[in-house]
Amino acid sequence: MYVLVAGGGKVGANSTRTLLEMGHEVTLIEQRPDRFARLEEEFGPVVMRGDATEISVLERAGIARPPELLLAVTGDDEDNLVISQIGKEGYGVGKAIARVNDPRNQQHFDLLGITQTVCATTSILGLVEHEVPEHGLVTLLELQREGLKVVEVQIAKGAPVVAARAGGVTLPKDARLISVFRHGRTELVEPTTVLRPGDQVLAVVSDDSAPALRKALLGS
Amino acid sequence: MIGCGRVGSAVAKRLRSEGWEVTAVDESEDALVRLGPDWRGGFVLGHGMDTDVLELAGVADADAAVVSTNGDNTNIVIGQVLQRRYEIDTVVVRVLDPARATFYAERGLPTVCPTQTAISVLLESVRAAAAAAAS
Repeated sequence: MYVLVAGGGKVGANSTRTLLEMGHEVTLIEQRPDRFARLEEEFGPVVMRGDATEISVLERAGIARPPELLLAVTGDDEDNLVISQIGKEGYGVGKAIARVNDPRNQQHFDLLGITQTVCATTSILGLVEHEVPEHGLVTLLELQREGLKVVEVQIAKGAPVVAARAGGVTLPKDARLISVFRHGRTELVEPTTVLRPGDQVLAVVSDDSAPALRKALLGS
Repeated sequence: MIGCGRVGSAVAKRLRSEGWEVTAVDESEDALVRLGPDWRGGFVLGHGMDTDVLELAGVADADAAVVSTNGDNTNIVIGQVLQRRYEIDTVVVRVLDPARATFYAERGLPTVCPTQTAISVLLESVRAAAAAAAS
């Protein structure tokens, strides 16, 4: 597979190393001279010096082939957005993954159709929330393109669904219970599964219906 | 007016004098100095990527937007956000790199490229001078 990596910081350099070890062909673009020199020492001709938001630089790096995968992982969100747009809209790159540095910019990536993004801050906050659930629903995975997320809910003692069969619980229309984790074991939810206090329930739900799901399982 | 440097402040002042209601957005208070003591328009201190800042500046009611911060890619992103999210009909974006200016202009984002203008004007001047000398 041919992969084009824009941005040779920690994310870009480590991705490049791993991709090369996996046997993929990689070109890494880095603009800063000091960084470029260090990267060239390690990766040799795989690294190219230039501004990856310039079309001529992307073309020299082989954007027109096009690469099977484009990683836009510079430290600048505007740059990552423009690199992804040029790749996808200008050269038919099938898959572009963009790094979001400031989570407040996520909405711009969504708006402009760059659906595959990675944001370290959001991931870390997700893990924090997992440790300290505040709102009852913990988001484990966001499926941005589908508008769905996989969430975890811990059934509290006085919750309205305690002792109810899963088949008898009224859920919002775009929500499904997937599994229940209890006593160290996970089982898939069947209509006959009885919910108990302390159960950790995995569910898939649309973004819009998440509050309704929370209400159905935990009460208000 | 998103980005109020030399270009932005001049456009803002001219439009204001022609009767437009104008709000300028810039990250730096220096922009207010460029707008001058007689500035009668609005001013919001902040970054144009921040939707709170844009909304405070009144993008929801804007008839036109000019984006000319000092970053090409920042302008390109803000311009598209103003078009698609806030549905402003007239959006013009300053892009210094001619290749990117063309790329985005072809995809529906009106761009102005001062670099391309300079190249064209300079070429024309030299050609005109050469033609005059030859005749």
